[in-house]
Amino acid sequence: MAKELLKGNEAIAEAAVRSGLEAYFGYPITPQTELLEWLSVRMPELGRTFMQAESELAAINMVYGAACTGARVMTSSSSPGISLMMEGISYIAGTELPVVLVDVMRAGPGLGNIAPAQGDYNQIVHGGGHGDFRPIVLAPASVQESIDLTGEAFKLADKYRAIVVVLIDGSIGQMMEPAELPPMQQVDRQRPNWAVTGAKDRDRRILSSIYIDPENEEQTNFRLLERWNQIEANEIRYKEYYLDDAEIVVVGFGTSGRVALSAVRAARAEGIPVGLLRPISVSPFPYARLKQLSEQACGMLVVEMNSGQMLHDVQTAVGGKIPVEFYGRMGGVIPLPDEILEQISRLCYEPVAPSANPRESWMDRMDLAKN
Amino acid sequence: MGLEPQFETVYKRPDTFTPTTTHYCPGCTHGIAHRLVAEVLEEMDLQEKTIGVASVGCSVFAYKYFDCDFVEAAHGRAPAMATGIKRVLPDRIVFTYQGDGDLASIGMAEIVHSTARGENITAIFVNNANYGMTGGQMAPTTLPGQKTTSSPAGRDIEDTGYPIRTAEMLATLDGAGYIVRRSLHDPKNIRKAKKAIRLAFETQERGLGFSMVELLSTCPTNWGMNPVQSLQWIEERMIPYFPLEDFKVSPNLSQVRV
Ligand SMILES: Cc1ncc(C[n+]2csc(CCOP(=O)(O)OP(=O)(O)O)c2C)c(N)n1
Repeated sequence: MAKELLKGNEAIAEAAVRSGLEAYFGYPITPQTELLEWLSVRMPELGRTFMQAESELAAINMVYGAACTGARVMTSSSSPGISLMMEGISYIAGTELPVVLVDVMRAGPGLGNIAPAQGDYNQIVHGGGHGDFRPIVLAPASVQESIDLTGEAFKLADKYRAIVVVLIDGSIGQMMEPAELPPMQQVDRQRPNWAVTGAKDRDRRILSSIYIDPENEEQTNFRLLERWNQIEANEIRYKEYYLDDAEIVVVGFGTSGRVALSAVRAARAEGIPVGLLRPISVSPFPYARLKQLSEQACGMLVVEMNSGQMLHDVQTAVGGKIPVEFYGRMGGVIPLPDEILEQISRLCYEPVAPSANPRESWMDRMDLAKN
Repeated sequence: MGLEPQFETVYKRPDTFTPTTTHYCPGCTHGIAHRLVAEVLEEMDLQEKTIGVASVGCSVFAYKYFDCDFVEAAHGRAPAMATGIKRVLPDRIVFTYQGDGDLASIGMAEIVHSTARGENITAIFVNNANYGMTGGQMAPTTLPGQKTTSSPAGRDIEDTGYPIRTAEMLATLDGAGYIVRRSLHDPKNIRKAKKAIRLAFETQERGLGFSMVELLSTCPTNWGMNPVQSLQWIEERMIPYFPLEDFKVSPNLSQVRV
């Protein structure tokens, strides 16, 4: 299939359609709305289910119900709406159902604004609602990667009977890039052997997240954890750029990883031995690869569009062996390649102590920049 | 032959009802509501195509008693979950079973919008004027002056407002196909309740929109009464506030004889 100029949100929606999406339930919110609008046309014309729910709370619980029937289901939202979905996400995880969720992040807290941000990292990667579980979270950095990972998300959801989040920010949702869509896949209406469909010619089935006996709940928690161990063993994804001989390693996901790549290229042109690790699965997180890199490099720079959320995962991986520095922009501000280049140069020419607090020194530097 | 006494079966456990002991308190009418639903599912031969949606409340384990596929929703979200199921499997019968805290407080948005959409599902709504499962707190249906563990001096309407007549309210929505209130306080009313439940499922079978039967129900444990006093309390206190009426009956139901 040829490349077309596609908008991120619409590309994800169409990729989902072509992955055999059977039902979608959502609620409008900028900068995600085009995804819902696209599906409001495509799903009915293909005889599939589209519904605009009364709230994100209802949408995720409709998804929960539809997922119980074994249908391929999805919802999408942006940060404030994702907050409302937390309840359903937890129930879906507790019932062990395959669901795909797209979070097109915007700035916050609160109503914040509609500009791109990455402040949902903690809420999704380390959160996803109450109780003990971990969602799979994929963070593409381009329209093409968003398309590819949407298809991948459905496969992972089915494989692990788990919730898979495609985590992008408003800029990826809104931007247009040439990209190629996958071929059309029909809806698979065969139901898995755990789905509720009406107990015809078989014993009845019950799907629930309730385990009233603590021993049973603990067993379930262990089952989820064992599955998570498999996910960690098999599903870690990242992209590496110029890392072979890198002494400085920049780490960034999604848009900040993409901007960081421009900065890394510019630094390389200046002769600085720097490379980039862009985690694609931010959950499971590429701890092992970062640990390896900490043995080769003399410093790391984490770049995010938040106040340093993934930073802590990188610090865990590095274990204090080398200094980890941080550079972030917040509130819907996207860092420019030049800003990141400046940080790379500083790290190269003025090495910092491993004991320095990366967030504090970043705030100091931001203060200096203001004066 | 001829020597065996002949017995006529006047009652048997419906096949749609599992042979399980109940977890409900003595004198609670949740069990009667369950049995009526099970009888209707059997009479209409719906067992193999029904998916139940249990809610959060004393009936959280409803799925133990009905011998059909079941899911368990989050508190108040049963109508949303039922919507998700019904939209994907439109030829199945989908019903929710919800308490008054679940349906009329935390889940009010979900029930209103399911009704407004004319969602082709059935809600069995058990109104016992309090939050049973959490130990008898005030619900949106708690009567003025009624003592609960969170309105110990009696519900003060100046402070907490008025009880919600949910059936009346939902019946104002065009998507409603069948909305009535019945009571479980005596055999005559139980028979009427069963007929209403039958009509609610007939509404769904015929694709006539959203259907709901509100059932006035006892909660002796939390009301601090014995079972007989509780039945009287429904009659004397609840029915005057929550009249037993048909609030919306789709004209298409007039040919249905049950
Ligand atoms: C989100 C959430 N909030 C609160 C609860 C606690 N809770 C469980 S049951 C219940 C009340 C149920 O009352 P009702 O719906 O009237 O049913 P009943 O128990 O009286 O049959 C509450 C508040 C919960 N499980 N989930």
